[in-house]
Amino acid sequence: MSQQNQPEMLSGGAMLVRALHDEGVEYVYGYPGGAVLHIYDALFQQNDVKHVLVRHEQAATHMADAYARASGKAGVVLVTSGPGATNAVTGIATAYMDSIPMVVICGQVMSHLIGDDAFQETDMLGISRPIVKHNMSVRNPADIPEMVKKAFYIAQSGRPGPVVLDIPKDMTMPNQKFPYSYPKDIKLRSYNPNAKGHPGQIKKALQTLLAAKRPVLYSGGGVILGRASEELTELARRLNLPVTNTLMGLGAYPASDEQFIGMLGMHGSYEANQAMHHADVIFAVGARFDDRVTNATKKFCPNATIIHIDIDPASISKTVNAHVPIVGLVKPVLQEMLSQLDKQDSKSQAQLDQTALNQWWQQIQQWREVHGGRYEQRSDLLKPQAVIEAVHRHTKGEAYVTSDVGQHQMFAAQYYKFDKPNRWINSGGLGTMGFGLPAAMGVKLHYPDAEVVCVTGEGSIQMNIQELSTCKQYGLGVKIINLNNGYLGMVKQWQDMNYDSRYSSSYMDSLPDFVKLAEAYGHIGIRVTRPEELEPALERAFALKDRLVFLDIHIDPKEHVYPMQVPGGAMNDMFLSKTERT
Amino acid sequence: MRHIIAVLLENESGALARVVGLFAQRGYNIDSLTVAATEDPTMSRLTLVTRGDDQVIEQITKQLHKLIEVVKLVDLSESAHIERELMMVKVKASGEQREEVKRCADIFRGQIIDVSPTTYTIQVVGTSDKLEAFIEAMRNTQILEVVRTGVSGISRGEKALAL
Repeated sequence: MSQQNQPEMLSGGAMLVRALHDEGVEYVYGYPGGAVLHIYDALFQQNDVKHVLVRHEQAATHMADAYARASGKAGVVLVTSGPGATNAVTGIATAYMDSIPMVVICGQVMSHLIGDDAFQETDMLGISRPIVKHNMSVRNPADIPEMVKKAFYIAQSGRPGPVVLDIPKDMTMPNQKFPYSYPKDIKLRSYNPNAKGHPGQIKKALQTLLAAKRPVLYSGGGVILGRASEELTELARRLNLPVTNTLMGLGAYPASDEQFIGMLGMHGSYEANQAMHHADVIFAVGARFDDRVTNATKKFCPNATIIHIDIDPASISKTVNAHVPIVGLVKPVLQEMLSQLDKQDSKSQAQLDQTALNQWWQQIQQWREVHGGRYEQRSDLLKPQAVIEAVHRHTKGEAYVTSDVGQHQMFAAQYYKFDKPNRWINSGGLGTMGFGLPAAMGVKLHYPDAEVVCVTGEGSIQMNIQELSTCKQYGLGVKIINLNNGYLGMVKQWQDMNYDSRYSSSYMDSLPDFVKLAEAYGHIGIRVTRPEELEPALERAFALKDRLVFLDIHIDPKEHVYPMQVPGGAMNDMFLSKTERT
Repeated sequence: MRHIIAVLLENESGALARVVGLFAQRGYNIDSLTVAATEDPTMSRLTLVTRGDDQVIEQITKQLHKLIEVVKLVDLSESAHIERELMMVKVKASGEQREEVKRCADIFRGQIIDVSPTTYTIQVVGTSDKLEAFIEAMRNTQILEVVRTGVSGISRGEKALAL
């Protein structure tokens, strides 16, 4: 045998890094510590895989997560054992709830110390079990390449999700070397996600849809994750269907299109929620009938036949019964529907009842006029909705927008009209405050030329404000839109509505001077307190291409998010303003 | 409704914890759980007895199936099947009672598998109902200890849960 055919001998740490490179990983986000020192040393000795040093492990997970949301590929996190791993837990749970592919590599104490309550030991497999798609521990360094392959395969296939790889320190010893080869692919007898969807069910779904008089296409995060927004858009246009997107699905169908009726659910548009309630056929694509969408499931869409496409069978008929279930990846299923339509088109059957559909559109038009996203206009106070609209204008609707959690998140979802998928990046399932800034960083690192905006509030931003330091280190010129109302706005809104405005711990006393804080970290801060200051401030901020600009925008502290579903009601039971209710 | 779910599972550390964890996380009941390796040492077989309406059972089977290490599963209650459970009961047995206990064990086709001057240990095999009936029949005896294996199940006929 020639020498070239001899596999290279590498240590466990070096194999891990090489395997990441062979998997196409460019960046790893993390924080070093005792249990991962060998891995960090292996990282140091090569230039293919770059490491991004955050200031808190939670931020590393959100960076990786947001990279995955924007690019579709798994993000990679590297943390040490014990506190490093536990700090990553919130970020892992965030990714899990939104089905985001992520590989989290956690250091662990030496194998012989496991179970002894050793320094920085924690049972990360046990802790992470309920919040991962899968987790594994390395028992033999020689297994590392295959386990890395398996981790990526599981994280990225089927319904994606985070995978934790726990690596005891002695698995990465620099002086113990093993032959390295990276597997091309992997097969698991116990895991084989069904991909294409049952043709008979697809046919039945199409028949049901074509027989509809009041159809609604309700699409969710699965369309974004499944890269199927083109197919979805084509199908919707072909059949002239009204389209609503979930919070996670925004951008899957262009928001500026006439057929788009807005987001649905708790803070969905009046027309979307009304249309859902009155629909006779609901075509759910990659959505999971979350409680923030359905309101009370017993009162949910009483007259609708439900078609449901999802890759995860457990999401079908979990909270709401599906009449025509299709288990499969949304992209091939929608493609199959389109091709069946093509075949029917030649026999000119492939249209809905046009009279009924026209009437339905007229009805939707009337609903559109009822609320239409209106909000109070003030000349003395900045309205958060107006700020988002201005940001949309200044970025031509092309920005990647990340958000934290609360009122600002809902305003961003409602008023930044997303025309493209993968541009709206927020923590929908877990609702993680502190997500926005690291998420923006993760996107900016990979798309340095793109405009990346973090819409946040003075509460959320302080949950990971330390990352301003990471931004300085890596020159991440994100724009922070801090909608500062001095309150934990969404908590306050609920206290206004349900607790006679008793603001139990929902105020923000002793706020820092955010402008000075940004400057202290080496960035640019701009304060905006009056409506007329907004335009020039945005102009200046977006002109500063490569700099991080922190816009501390003081908004109306009394504003609420509307429409808002009445808790325990049907889809169409809504508050439309502080004084109006359906 | 009571359901008996049989699961083939990769025989790996942590796999069982995932199954049990799933039931705890999602608030499902476990009446009994048995597990051991099969003729293929890389695979374990579990028999789970649980309760719930159709929707809950459907979710349980789907969620179980989602676990990466679950290879295959079947709800045995959906078709003809056999279930067995083994129980050992240690009872006080002295004087007149000794005869009485032995008679009762015979009726249930139990076997006395350990004897001491004052106790009997009886092994009974059968369905859970039969085991409960035996405990009921022993009411007048002082029961010192009961240990049950939980249900194991297998389908009738040619049907088999295998790779």
